[in-house]
Amino acid sequence: MATPLLSVRDLVVEFPTRRGVLRALDKISFDIAEGEVLGMVGESGAGKSLTGAAIIGLLEPPGRIAGGEIWLRGERIDNLPREKMRRIRGRRIGMVFQDPLTSLNPLYTVAQQLIETIRTHIDVSEKEARKRAVALLDRVGIPAAGRRIDDYPHHFSGGMRQRVVIALALAAEPELVIADEPTTALDVSVQAQIIDVLKEICAERGASVMLITHDMGVIAETADRVAVLYAGRLAEIGPVRDVIQAAEHPYTVGLMGSIPTLTQTAERLTQIPGAMPRLNAIPTGCAFNPRCTRVMDRCRVDRPDPAERPGGRQVACWLYDNAMESADE
Amino acid sequence: MSDVLLSVKGLTRRFDVSKPWLNRVIEREDKQFLTANEDVSFEIRKGETFALVGESGSGKSTIAKMIVGLLEPSAGEIRFDGQVMDFNSGAAMRKLRRRFQMIFQDPFASLNPRWRVGDIIAEPIHTFGLLTGAAVRQEVGRLLDLVGLSAADAARFPHEFSGGQRQRIAIARALSSRPEFIVCDEPTSALDVSVQAQILNLMRDLQDEFGLTYLLISHDLSVVRHMANRIGVLYLGRLVEIADSKRLFVEPQHPYTRMLLDAVPDLALSGRRRTPVTGEIPNPINPPPGCAFHPRCPHVMDICRQIVPPPVTTVSGEAACHLLTEDEKRRASEPVA
Repeated sequence: MATPLLSVRDLVVEFPTRRGVLRALDKISFDIAEGEVLGMVGESGAGKSLTGAAIIGLLEPPGRIAGGEIWLRGERIDNLPREKMRRIRGRRIGMVFQDPLTSLNPLYTVAQQLIETIRTHIDVSEKEARKRAVALLDRVGIPAAGRRIDDYPHHFSGGMRQRVVIALALAAEPELVIADEPTTALDVSVQAQIIDVLKEICAERGASVMLITHDMGVIAETADRVAVLYAGRLAEIGPVRDVIQAAEHPYTVGLMGSIPTLTQTAERLTQIPGAMPRLNAIPTGCAFNPRCTRVMDRCRVDRPDPAERPGGRQVACWLYDNAMESADE
Repeated sequence: MSDVLLSVKGLTRRFDVSKPWLNRVIEREDKQFLTANEDVSFEIRKGETFALVGESGSGKSTIAKMIVGLLEPSAGEIRFDGQVMDFNSGAAMRKLRRRFQMIFQDPFASLNPRWRVGDIIAEPIHTFGLLTGAAVRQEVGRLLDLVGLSAADAARFPHEFSGGQRQRIAIARALSSRPEFIVCDEPTSALDVSVQAQILNLMRDLQDEFGLTYLLISHDLSVVRHMANRIGVLYLGRLVEIADSKRLFVEPQHPYTRMLLDAVPDLALSGRRRTPVTGEIPNPINPPPGCAFHPRCPHVMDICRQIVPPPVTTVSGEAACHLLTEDEKRRASEPVA
């Protein structure tokens, strides 16, 4: 089997506070294959963005990686010195953040920002860099790119700005793009355009994508596989169609039922009682046990690890424990 | 026909966004106006949920603010239960105000952080003089119970609650003046989906129990489809289509509605081929002449660039599009076979 592009193993992220250490990510493991789009969903505070930040080495102090390993194409990157990590960031891993206005510098023209990014990572002349920048802007769908490249970020609308950010993220031709809620600040009609651009351009260049969002619909349309996070732990990961149409983890089942859709006919939405626990009050055993409809005694004591399921899926739930299933029979 | 509770006719609101007088003189510029709403008319019947959808800048929230009396319309009239809302008479407005309430988007901003939950919920009761003494405390307890919290929560402060619980508090406050009509402005867009489902279900239960009428404002089409009986689609401050909720999603009449429906990510994984969406909402300070949607419309005709289309009756409601007007003309001129 080929080595995956990105491999995260037992990643633990902790925040030391006055009242003890909070574990924000607890032993998360997943792979992203070459050219694959991995969706990452979860509710606020589940640790989606934190996973992205940990991978690119941009955890805000006092947050720190307290365990586990991150491998980029067979090279360990979680313990690299700052300077080395800086060269990977932008060059090999590109980033698209939620708010396009804060990820662009308002005092520089788009041309200056793009050319600087290209020349930092690739050894080309100013003229060549500009040519590449115009081609990129044209590719992400900015009309009259040759003229608009000299505009400042505030001259662009929200959707156009996010296109510029995508161009910036792809400027150095990275192998992996981490997109953190790239369309959350945009309207639906613009969201569809941005998702299409991101998907197409990454496929064209063979870049893998880690798409972080809370919107299951966006994942359904974009991702190959999806990882569901709950309270800093991986609940379920698998091919997008399987997870959406036949979720196995009770949390994923509840999550899918609670989303109103354009085709459903149900009068009431399924609701998961309660709310996700705070980091300082994660229950023992399975983190989901107080809200789970199928809770068993064991769930309150032992924490389930993600276990292999048919179809390349992993589910962290005692319901799917092999020993249990055979005992039932 | 069920009774009309709220009717809005020709509602228009303009905001003066001109530069200061001196700049205008020096730079030789005219006054500039942003038209947030233009000629909006619709009716809401007793006991139904009417939803307004649209993208940002389409004027959804401006309509909500005018209806609850927080903003005065530039033109047009609002009738509540047959009575015209008179923005110049404080006494008349106060009388009406008890009968409608509002739930806001952000439950972190809409609750006073220095007040206890009990006081927040009791405020409308005191303002309208509905109850006094120990009865107020009892009523607050009952309301908290109704929205799924406990009476003991009255002594706590808003920061002790999660987003979903705060929205429950906001709902309890809205119910405390015993209103008939509640304007819900993006009530769940700040919440996670699993919490959103809890709040939407709660809103439904309360509607059934008290016969409430809702005006739901949202950008989320699937939420709107789940909640509403009828839907109005806004584009750049104008209503482009009003239709029965179920039918709007099956047979959208206006090209903008069709585009909007196509843009919603599909959870069903049907693999349907969608028409790619083009363009963005133009600047409302200088909206395009004629039909505001014409620069993005795939069926644009000459007439669309010049004349604002009037609303025509459709199978599911009404829509404002020249295509439909043409259809109607053709049908009228054809001899009935």
